[in-house]
Amino acid sequence: MADPEVRIPAPGSLWRMEKAQLQTLLEALAQQGYTIIGPRIQEGAIVYDEIRQISDLPIGWTDEQDGGYYRLKRREDEAFFGYAVGPHSWKRFLHPPVFSLGQARRNGQGFEWIPPADPPPRYAFLGVRACELHAIAILDRVFMGGPYVDPVYRARREALFLIAVQCTTAGGTCFCASMGTGPKAPPGADLILTELPDAFVVEIGTERGAALMAGVPCTPATEADRAAVEARLEETARSMGRQLDTADLPALLYRNLEHPRWEEVAQRCLTCGNCTMVCPTCFCFTIEDLSDLAGTRAERVRRWDSCFTTAFTYTAGHPIRQSAKARYRQWLTHKLASWWDQFGTSGCVGCGRCITWCPVGIDLTEEVRAIRETDGAMASERR
Amino acid sequence: MARRRKPKLAVWKFASCDGCQLTLLDCEEELLTLAGEVEIAYFLEASRAVVRGPYDLSLVEGSISTPEQVDQIREIRRQSRFLVTIGACATAGGIQALRNFADVRGFLDLVYARPEYIKTLEKSLPASAYVPVDFELRGCPIGKGPLLELISAFLNGRRPNIPNHSVCIECKRRGIVCVMVAQGIPCLGPVTQAGCGALCPAYRRGCYGCFGPMETPNPASLGDWLLAHGMTSPDLVRLFRTFNAYAPAFREAGDRYAEAANPDRSS
Repeated sequence: MADPEVRIPAPGSLWRMEKAQLQTLLEALAQQGYTIIGPRIQEGAIVYDEIRQISDLPIGWTDEQDGGYYRLKRREDEAFFGYAVGPHSWKRFLHPPVFSLGQARRNGQGFEWIPPADPPPRYAFLGVRACELHAIAILDRVFMGGPYVDPVYRARREALFLIAVQCTTAGGTCFCASMGTGPKAPPGADLILTELPDAFVVEIGTERGAALMAGVPCTPATEADRAAVEARLEETARSMGRQLDTADLPALLYRNLEHPRWEEVAQRCLTCGNCTMVCPTCFCFTIEDLSDLAGTRAERVRRWDSCFTTAFTYTAGHPIRQSAKARYRQWLTHKLASWWDQFGTSGCVGCGRCITWCPVGIDLTEEVRAIRETDGAMASERR
Repeated sequence: MARRRKPKLAVWKFASCDGCQLTLLDCEEELLTLAGEVEIAYFLEASRAVVRGPYDLSLVEGSISTPEQVDQIREIRRQSRFLVTIGACATAGGIQALRNFADVRGFLDLVYARPEYIKTLEKSLPASAYVPVDFELRGCPIGKGPLLELISAFLNGRRPNIPNHSVCIECKRRGIVCVMVAQGIPCLGPVTQAGCGALCPAYRRGCYGCFGPMETPNPASLGDWLLAHGMTSPDLVRLFRTFNAYAPAFREAGDRYAEAANPDRSS
């Protein structure tokens, strides 16, 4: 290993880091009190969970993905990040699936309110892909962008250290290139890694990232390194497993709300909610009030919910979206069209999770293509 | 806030294995609190002491499978302010509803030396086939958590937080990796109601459908997908015809694949 040069890493600068030095980086994060979350193999998939050393990473593994299909496979090489996104997304750490908002205890004449004992975790995310950085930016807008800021999300988000990894392998259901959300990482991460066969190229994203890298041996990246990064990103963009033509997409969907394709996809849709659970931007939740047998304690719990449940659409005495057609159409048009009206961006980042983890392989890129190809078709019978 | 009088709780048994009643007895830490909040008026599995009706809350286990039971469930309905059926037998006819798919007289001749002594109904059916039911608590057996939630909601005069959506939502909240997508294991989770906490997928098994069909099930789509990925029609009949075989959505699916397996004879 070459002697590390004396240097001052600055935001925007590029460095070359030996792969084993990722361990030094993890140790530096742990020393600063971060809980490091990164990819690791569990239950036959690459999920996000706590990691402590680089040997926890799925080194030498990749995934094969298609509609309703995911399998782990050995790679020919020992790449650290040679796979696409798995069933988990980072939202489960920023927007926990189940969260107790507080308890009430009966107290003489009234109630005592006990807020959640929640010293928020200080997370460092390792291996955040470009599409996922976009997804986090979308969640930022949803939870912190308006007048009503979500304190649970904000506490986790503001403490977050983000290490992005630019994809050098595209998955079978990936289409970030179509959505303009990858594979090149957008700004926002503290550090941005790109894996080359023999080293990482590290781009310093923020001052915090610079401070962390100051303790990690590395050398300035060469012109050849830069060129290799660009070449890898181009190659990834070319090998996307899926494509989505986004031209005029909201208008296309809005003028096809009665297209027969909705009825056709409803025949296959299980309304199980998996697509919304795995989506990195679906943020809906429900609030449950629980009480104990003796009526002395009550608890308010927030849980992930889905627009595919009937309770979700329960309004004024009955669920308003009774049919699978109405629910699938609501989900897809929200992701790709009305999200623009609501938040000024697409709600879809092209990660492909909803395709892979749909138990019957429903593919939103295929649904949009079917509607585009028969734009203006009307259902023979309105339902 | 003292309640005027303790509500009277009754627990009834019909054709069943007693597992759901045992779930109530299994609430060990909560049993004393429960006994403080309700008068356990009729619960033969726990005590011979019986208090006469009417009852505020009746929990009914088991399916209705004899003419005598029809009269009994009607009388219980008359005596009960709230009637809640518990478990797959009481809510869907149970595993014994497998006999609904054949002629019951054939079984009688096969099993009993003197079948003429046996009085049975053509079909094993849920209580709701005979009387109005206020709430169905699903499961084979029911879960302790949902049972306590039901009773707590009853005591506090609120709706129980018992969802009707798929098992998948529980699976995904827990962060369990989908056994169907990642391992190709057939799983009824997408068409089955939540409530078990995704117990089987947590142990790398497909869901058996113990909690019966979810609110808007699409078993034909799931079944056809499994058929296209290596299962046969007889496999699918066995998948759908278990504890909740006679719940309408699973029954239709079972019939559909039985038909496909044996096009000549309808089941």
